[in-house]
Amino acid sequence: MLHATEVIGAQTFDSLGNYVGRIKEIFVEPADQPNRVARMLIGRGQYRPLVARYDQIASVVPGRIGLTTDEAALDLYRPNEAWLAVGKDLLDQQIIDTNGRKVVRVNDIDLSDHRTNGNTELRITQVDVGLPGAVRRLLQGVVPPMAIRRIQEKLPPRKILWEFVNLIEPDPLRRVKLRLSSQKLAALHPADIADIMEELSPDERQGLIGSLDEETAAEAISELDKRLQTQVMEKLDPEQAAHIIEEMSPDAAADLIASLDSETSKEVLGEMEHREAHEVEQLLKFGPDTAGGMMTTEIVVVSEDATRGEVVDYIRFHEIPPDQIDNVVLINKDAAIAGTVPVARLLLSGSDQRMSELSFEPLLSVKADAHDKDVFELFDKYNLRSLTVVSRENHPIGAITVDDVVNRMHARM
Amino acid sequence: MSETETNSGSLAVWKTRGQNFMRRTRMTRRRLALFLAVVGPGLITSNVDNDAGGIATYTAAGAQFGYTLLWLLVPMTIILYVSEEMCARMGVITGKGLSDLIREEFGFRSTFFVMIAALAVDLGNTVAEFAGVAASMQIFGVNKFVSVPLAGLAVWLLVVKGSYRQVEKIFLVACGFYLSYVVSAILAKPDWLVAAKETVAPTLHFNTEYLMIITALVGTTIAPWQFFYLQAGFVEKRVGPKQYKHARMDVLVGSISCMAIVFFIIVACAATLHKNGMTNITDAAQAAEALAPLAGKWASLLFAFGLLNASLFAASILPLSTAHVICEGLGFEAGIDRKLKEAPAFYALYTGLIVVGGGIILLPKAPLFKILLWSQVANGVWLPVVLIFVMLLINRRDLMGDHTNTWAFNLVAWAASIITIILTVLFVYSLLTDPGSTGMSGTLLHWL
Repeated sequence: MLHATEVIGAQTFDSLGNYVGRIKEIFVEPADQPNRVARMLIGRGQYRPLVARYDQIASVVPGRIGLTTDEAALDLYRPNEAWLAVGKDLLDQQIIDTNGRKVVRVNDIDLSDHRTNGNTELRITQVDVGLPGAVRRLLQGVVPPMAIRRIQEKLPPRKILWEFVNLIEPDPLRRVKLRLSSQKLAALHPADIADIMEELSPDERQGLIGSLDEETAAEAISELDKRLQTQVMEKLDPEQAAHIIEEMSPDAAADLIASLDSETSKEVLGEMEHREAHEVEQLLKFGPDTAGGMMTTEIVVVSEDATRGEVVDYIRFHEIPPDQIDNVVLINKDAAIAGTVPVARLLLSGSDQRMSELSFEPLLSVKADAHDKDVFELFDKYNLRSLTVVSRENHPIGAITVDDVVNRMHARM
Repeated sequence: MSETETNSGSLAVWKTRGQNFMRRTRMTRRRLALFLAVVGPGLITSNVDNDAGGIATYTAAGAQFGYTLLWLLVPMTIILYVSEEMCARMGVITGKGLSDLIREEFGFRSTFFVMIAALAVDLGNTVAEFAGVAASMQIFGVNKFVSVPLAGLAVWLLVVKGSYRQVEKIFLVACGFYLSYVVSAILAKPDWLVAAKETVAPTLHFNTEYLMIITALVGTTIAPWQFFYLQAGFVEKRVGPKQYKHARMDVLVGSISCMAIVFFIIVACAATLHKNGMTNITDAAQAAEALAPLAGKWASLLFAFGLLNASLFAASILPLSTAHVICEGLGFEAGIDRKLKEAPAFYALYTGLIVVGGGIILLPKAPLFKILLWSQVANGVWLPVVLIFVMLLINRRDLMGDHTNTWAFNLVAWAASIITIILTVLFVYSLLTDPGSTGMSGTLLHWL
């Protein structure tokens, strides 16, 4: 096994044994192969630097590299955005460890060497984020390589497999050129993605959001702290912001839009689909400290005369996502609230039982302009998971769920 | 008829005036709220500059040279502002801490040596802060074996148990306590006219001692750790480019208020100690005691209280900043908002600095003087390196975009950096050749 620090700075000799120069940088060409060291940059002092391709490298030992050709066969170096520079883009930079779900800083890179028909290929295997890499970086070139190896063997290793490494590249064009994917990252829980985003600088954060699909981005942004949410959304272009907000639940969307400055929020609402924008605008009319300001408008409303079987079929038919149905709201003939049925009660009842028989006692609801303190009290007193919000005429218009309450109370603490 | 018309007319005028007034106050209040959301790092960092070592130096300056050093505060404010503003700007624009940037742009080895210097300097300074706690509490009649462990524990608990916002609020209150020096100075009944004149139209002296105290003043005021702390503060508060104006204002208010406190300390000592010929007083606790017969018991107690506040304040921030810088640079997790388990290296460093820093004060035969001396020397070596890193980073277009220094700002900044570097080198030289001569924090030893 080799390390990037042992290769960068190594002396290079051609096939005749003549000294060519020192390795300044090594590149991976992700479009070609995600982990192979495809090119090595050889500095020659005052002369223009050369590039050795992977099939021109005969042997690699720490500090010394042999080529299969003579100097004249090497190409002159031309910078290429599609090459990942191990020294510049990786060493000392932050990366996301998608396995450990956090942001770490790279100390060194582990390389494996493979011999095939007379030449040696290097492949990146792991990223070193622990003490051994740090010690190597510090002592390389001062202490002989073998002595360093002896010291580092005694230190506890901390390494991340290359396939779990997610590079942070703020520039979207370069991301495409480097074929960087965020698949592994997107598979994490949104709360973990949010934690990772909080670790990054604003540009990097923006780059990360750009690399996620809109649904994942929406979920992750909902988990960010308020201040960051606003910052992130204001930096996105309005169209992208609108697409992300459309993925959120109406109450989260309304809260987010309310925190943007008035110009941005108008632009974003303008870019949103009409129906969703209208829903959000309705919610924005309520004060932030009222029941209306906390509620979501996504509720399931059925007639109090319906049977349990009808309701279950209705929910299945409309494919209502399970996290929206803590309660089923009942209405009477005048469309006024007649009761609420906690979903758990549906499980335990017969299929032709009437919904009115399953209703939670007492009949609870709040007016949309009720103060949020009253809402907290109701949740506390009746151990609620969800509470229906009604208009002045007693029509159900939304619901507050327990996580909204927890969020608000946490923010107050 | 016409009368009612004018009446209702004037009523309307009053109504609109009232509305305008309301709107204006609302706008002012909103602007103030925006500012207050950002304020903190600048104010705190600058005020921590007036730590135990700093106050000792200002006291010596006032006692020895009276009002004649006050002019120095104007250029010092500029130097402080210019250097801190650059770090604030870097934090706000890049969203990264100074040690992060040094690591990413200058590699592991440079970072490592910067970190080692940080550890050496800050450990020495932490010792000085605990010495300040011991000395000031002795004036209130508390033994150092009681005061130092208690102070260490209080400081440790504050950071380990508090969140960033809580801690910052406490620190901001501590900034307010510096006003005790203002009261102390007023009680000393100084000659304000002379003080004002010496600030703008100075009488310069040209002798070795005078130059020496100037180098000491600059050396204790511009300390590298504050750059790291300031930048990390803005990053942790998530102050973005939009709020940069407020961040800059915070730094400006901080630099000016810091130097204003220095002004009052020097004035208090000039009006009492210097006037009565007690020119060889070289530390703050001595000064506090000497103030009692000259300016009254309250002036003396307030002076001692100021020292206690400053020492405690700096004793909590220095280890904190150091732990932050080192962890950030070497890639360990750091931050007050992390739990103990999430950031073990951070808390180990923080705790270690407090325990060792406070513990040295309690050892009967610790080589205190040598520790303080070498930490000042390390500071002198460290400062130029960090200043140059800052100047190189702030002018990088790929990092800063349109927020690099303008040429005029660069001129001022390089001038400030070079002056600071020269004075620091002189300071270190004088320390090494004749350690007893400067009013440095080594003088804190008198109390131990």
